[in-house]
Amino acid sequence: MSVKAKKSPTKTKVRKEREVPEVKLIPVYVMGKRYEVPEGLTLMKAMEYAGYRFIRGCGCRGGTCGACGTVYRKPGDYKLQVALACQKTVEPDMYITQIPFFPANRAQYEFAELTSAPEEVFKLYPELFRCVACNACTKACPQGIQVMDAISALKQGNIAEASRLSFECIQCGLCTSRCFGELAQYHMFQLARRIYGARIVPRAEHLADMVKAVNEGKYDNILNELKRVKKDELTKLYQEREEEPVTAGEDWRPKDKTYL
Amino acid sequence: MNLAYYPGCTLKTKAKNLEEPAIASMEVLAFKMEEITRWNCCGAVHSLADDDLIHQVAPVRNLIRAREQKKNELVTLCSFCFNTLKRANLLMKANAEKRNTINSFMDDEIDYSGEVNVVHLLEVLRDEIGWEALAQKVKLPLRDLKVAPYYGCMLLRPREVAIDNVEDPGILRKLVEALGATPVDFPESTRCCGSYQIISDPGVISAYAWNILSSALSHGAEALVLSCPLCDYDLGQGQKELVKKRAEFKGMPIFYFTQLLALALGLDPQVCHFELNYGDPESLLREKNLLS
Repeated sequence: MSVKAKKSPTKTKVRKEREVPEVKLIPVYVMGKRYEVPEGLTLMKAMEYAGYRFIRGCGCRGGTCGACGTVYRKPGDYKLQVALACQKTVEPDMYITQIPFFPANRAQYEFAELTSAPEEVFKLYPELFRCVACNACTKACPQGIQVMDAISALKQGNIAEASRLSFECIQCGLCTSRCFGELAQYHMFQLARRIYGARIVPRAEHLADMVKAVNEGKYDNILNELKRVKKDELTKLYQEREEEPVTAGEDWRPKDKTYL
Repeated sequence: MNLAYYPGCTLKTKAKNLEEPAIASMEVLAFKMEEITRWNCCGAVHSLADDDLIHQVAPVRNLIRAREQKKNELVTLCSFCFNTLKRANLLMKANAEKRNTINSFMDDEIDYSGEVNVVHLLEVLRDEIGWEALAQKVKLPLRDLKVAPYYGCMLLRPREVAIDNVEDPGILRKLVEALGATPVDFPESTRCCGSYQIISDPGVISAYAWNILSSALSHGAEALVLSCPLCDYDLGQGQKELVKKRAEFKGMPIFYFTQLLALALGLDPQVCHFELNYGDPESLLREKNLLS
């Protein structure tokens, strides 16, 4: 091997460049068992590095699907921490357990029959009133949602506020896992957002007008024209199109108002 | 002048007829009721178990919100909210051991030791405005309306939180007088309405209601005035049964004190939301030429 290497020094050089830099391994505990994993990995990748294979508890790997809710604790810290396993990077000596799903009753309802009355939520989720305002739910939210405030809003009959506050909920269920009063916060919020979207937020009337105009063929000519042009012409048209400036206000109008 | 105001959940749902006339009336009296933000349930009822501190967390958190928002005083309208908040406040003031336990449990909040003064709107009317000054603001005196003040429990018990003399309260009588109506004292004015027993044993509620209403009736009252949504609910539900069971009983209108206040101050009766009251209180008011 050494002889070969001498004969082709360039090859050796290439090899050296490719050499993987030494990775620092740090200890983490997955469900109580110690593993050494490379620094800088996400909790999810660290678990995979340690040999776990996910058939559940893993979804988008981008922090939006809510499938990989995880709790962890660090030595000497009395507080339980929460994270999405695909987002949080490992820290030395952390104890990790995934809670990808937490059992919670989701009320059955015929949505078409629901109104925007606060009592709809009270009837479907009467455990709402078991909340003692301990705030454990808020502390458990990896999305930083003010969960308890949203629950308070529901109690106050303010479905719109609950919907607004819980907008970034990814339904991971960690709030529910920590709840002293056995509330299913994430299901309640989903109901609130559904009611808000369908019954409270004003309908976009102009949308119906626009759909009608499209159906009546208002844009058929311009579309057919576009279909006919050659690729070069199309590229030119595209490049020269009038764009709405990023900073445009609501009163911005294009120069060509034919189709407004 | 601004008043830091804690509404409570019921005032946002079932008891809008308590809240809306209050806010409108206080504005006429040059007080702006400014709702504190991020408030939660008051705790609904004061927990009597000595070691049950978790149920003090909800009221204390509200007091912390008031403190965070630089308020030294918190005004309530609902008797139950008043009672739970004030009792939790007393506990935080007086009991160092429990205070520390609660504060360390609520490690996400600032420490609290009872700095906020919890008051009921009736106290503001009495102490900040005064009955004479209030009487001068009355545009539509509630003449000939015979109203029995009903206190229930939460404004007066226990003694440490009472807004008035526990045995012989007069604050609602004074209010009724200032508004030009005729107060009707009756012995059951501080008797319990049955409270949350309506949930576990609804049958007893009509018996409680009969004790209270028949006594008020026999003393010549035409209506009851109160400040508690639970009393209002129990006496309303109880009446539904009584009207069915007792042919001689035609029902008795129940008003929130804020409704009578708004009416007497000459506000648009719509703000009173009489449609949310039990029965038909408007007929009585029309009879007295207080409503058109």
